[in-house]
Amino acid sequence: MEKENFTISVYTENNIGLLNRISAIFLKRHINLDSMTASQSEIKDVFRFTIAVKVTEEQVKKIVGQIEKQIEVIKAFYHKEEQIIYQETALFKVSSKLLFEERSIQNVIKNSNANIVTVTPEFFVIEKTGRRREVEALYRKLEPYGLMQFTRSGRIAVTKEKMHISSILESFATEEAVSV
Amino acid sequence: METQTQTRTKKAETVTKRMTGAEAVIRCLLAEDVDLIYGYPGGAIMPVYDELYKFQDQLHHVLTRHEQGATHAAQGYARTSGKVGVAIATSGPGATNFVTGIADAQIDSTPMVCITGQVGSHLLGSDAFQETDIIGISTPITKWNHQVTKAEDIPTVLAKAFYIARSGRPGPVLIDITKDAQFGELDFAYEKCKGIRSYMPVPVTDPKSLEEAAKLINEAKKPMVVFGQGVILGEAEEELKNFIEKSGIPSAWTILGLSALPTAHPLNVGMVGMHGNYGPNRLTNECDLLIAIGMRFDDRVTGNLETYAKQAKIIHFEIDPAEVNKNVLVDVAVMGDVKYTLDQIQPLINPNTHESWVQEFKDHDAIEFEKVIKEELYPTKDGLSMGEVLRRINNETKGDAVIVSDVGQHQMIACRYAEFAQSKSNITSGGLGTMGFALPAAIGAKMGAPEREVVAIIGDGGYQMTIQELGTIFQTRVPVKIVVLNNDFLGMVRQWQQLFFDKRYASTEMVNPDFVKIAEGYHIQSKRVTKREDLQEAIAEMIASKDPYFLEVCVEKENNVFPMIPTGASVSDIRLE
Repeated sequence: MEKENFTISVYTENNIGLLNRISAIFLKRHINLDSMTASQSEIKDVFRFTIAVKVTEEQVKKIVGQIEKQIEVIKAFYHKEEQIIYQETALFKVSSKLLFEERSIQNVIKNSNANIVTVTPEFFVIEKTGRRREVEALYRKLEPYGLMQFTRSGRIAVTKEKMHISSILESFATEEAVSV
Repeated sequence: METQTQTRTKKAETVTKRMTGAEAVIRCLLAEDVDLIYGYPGGAIMPVYDELYKFQDQLHHVLTRHEQGATHAAQGYARTSGKVGVAIATSGPGATNFVTGIADAQIDSTPMVCITGQVGSHLLGSDAFQETDIIGISTPITKWNHQVTKAEDIPTVLAKAFYIARSGRPGPVLIDITKDAQFGELDFAYEKCKGIRSYMPVPVTDPKSLEEAAKLINEAKKPMVVFGQGVILGEAEEELKNFIEKSGIPSAWTILGLSALPTAHPLNVGMVGMHGNYGPNRLTNECDLLIAIGMRFDDRVTGNLETYAKQAKIIHFEIDPAEVNKNVLVDVAVMGDVKYTLDQIQPLINPNTHESWVQEFKDHDAIEFEKVIKEELYPTKDGLSMGEVLRRINNETKGDAVIVSDVGQHQMIACRYAEFAQSKSNITSGGLGTMGFALPAAIGAKMGAPEREVVAIIGDGGYQMTIQELGTIFQTRVPVKIVVLNNDFLGMVRQWQQLFFDKRYASTEMVNPDFVKIAEGYHIQSKRVTKREDLQEAIAEMIASKDPYFLEVCVEKENNVFPMIPTGASVSDIRLE
């Protein structure tokens, strides 16, 4: 079975130890994460981990099973590339001198749909959001001018199809109502 | 850290009582019907021990001689009583000494709640005296763990701990309580946990899966059952028996499934796996339907997966969704508690006897008896065999004893030859293979089933890993019977060295102390047997004793356990010699 890029969405309770529990599942299988982000989800008090990983589909199925088994994980899903809308964000810190001395850098910024988020006398910061290859393309263009700092976020993604997480939580709410 | 996990229960209006966190710990245990715990005191857990002193008429504490012993004793207790075992220790080394027992309980699905003290919350992260990150350490080996830093969180967290440990596929839970949370005060009210919204202990059974499974079972010409500990944990022994008797399907067991079906049952065809029986291993690769019930296709069971039951359709009755298709791809997964699913499938299956197929198992048994079993049980050579010791124990106990085994050759012999008439009788470290398990586990097993005879079968190596628990036996006078099968070797490793490493016996020969004298030092009645003619009488004397008893049997030094499936080989390639 071929390795593919998969994005795993994990909906969890907000518990301090959970990150450790989830990362341990990958550690145990010697799988390196491409990225992992955690944030509030669309549901109050529910967190969402978005994990990008390159493995076989057989592996990702088992990993999702092990993640879901954790007590405070509400639900985990895996998606193929074509099933999701995904983005990454990168920040480039560049010396301000270049902006004025190297005219071409302005064109690079304009053509890459990047934004300038801060300008100071010493440096300016460019923000680029997009697919990995777009961020990498901008990196290659800016790199020859000299980058003071560069950083890229992990992948964030939403699915094209509905995930049934809301209905799962709704069913909890109904059960609660029944037991009251 | 406050727990954010929301429970599904609605808070009832209850009368509260003001008390310390330490007292609340005890009251939580009492509310969970705990009357016996195993542990070892120390600095960070002293407030709880102070309360244990006050509550000693309601909650009995057994002082083990090492925290690892406390966990294994709690495991043994859980496995014979069916209740949650509880172990308690201090922070730092007390907590880290729990690790082996917790890992063992995790892989063998044993319900256990471990409570550890922790340094005061203001000291967390400062490398304080006896501070260790036991939450971080225990995360991969617990079903759930949690650190409590506020007294008021103790009742809800402990209620969840017991619920999680015992529900669904059971497992160990560790609760770490800071010293200030033990000293702090709270308004105590206890409510048992009835559900956690992110946790579904038992998956919903799809009725279609039952129909599909029944269809395969009814069509099969050569079906075979392999059942595991799920049957015992789910208390589904009766349902299993009804299922196989109606369908007439020969049934084999994994090491942890042992004793769920009486040894003498005509459809009990023995053990699968590395040192299992010849028939069920060989016929795994000849059956047309393999029905796995509450087992997880461990590598010691399957051998090489590439050649495992490839010709057969496979049905998996399982409670843990993560186990389905993990090692072996199955045709039908019947999710749910086996007590429920086996009962539900019963009306859908046709009565059958599969006579000629069952005969094939008997034919294999006859071969195995001639080549292996006869000499093991009725040796013709001078040296005592482990098998004849088990045979004579069977003679005395009539299959009613709980057999607690350690890890190694003696364990395989005990599981192969011990006879069982009732369930929850085989206590051994299956998944983790923890040497040193048996002696403390036997203490717990006896306390969990005080009316039953408990016999620990231990090798000379594993015995010395937790030999200090003789002190616990001496202090409590718990009448366990200890049999050390002494071959002056780490026998199983030596066997592998002989078979696969050209007899290079690297560090497997043991120079042993006088075990009888050691037992005498603890005032435990003891005897050593070196000759066959003394064996039966010594075993009879041991079983008749109302007190703890130690029996050392000096067995042949270089006997091997057969049959054997070498690591990585197919179950078909099981060797008889």
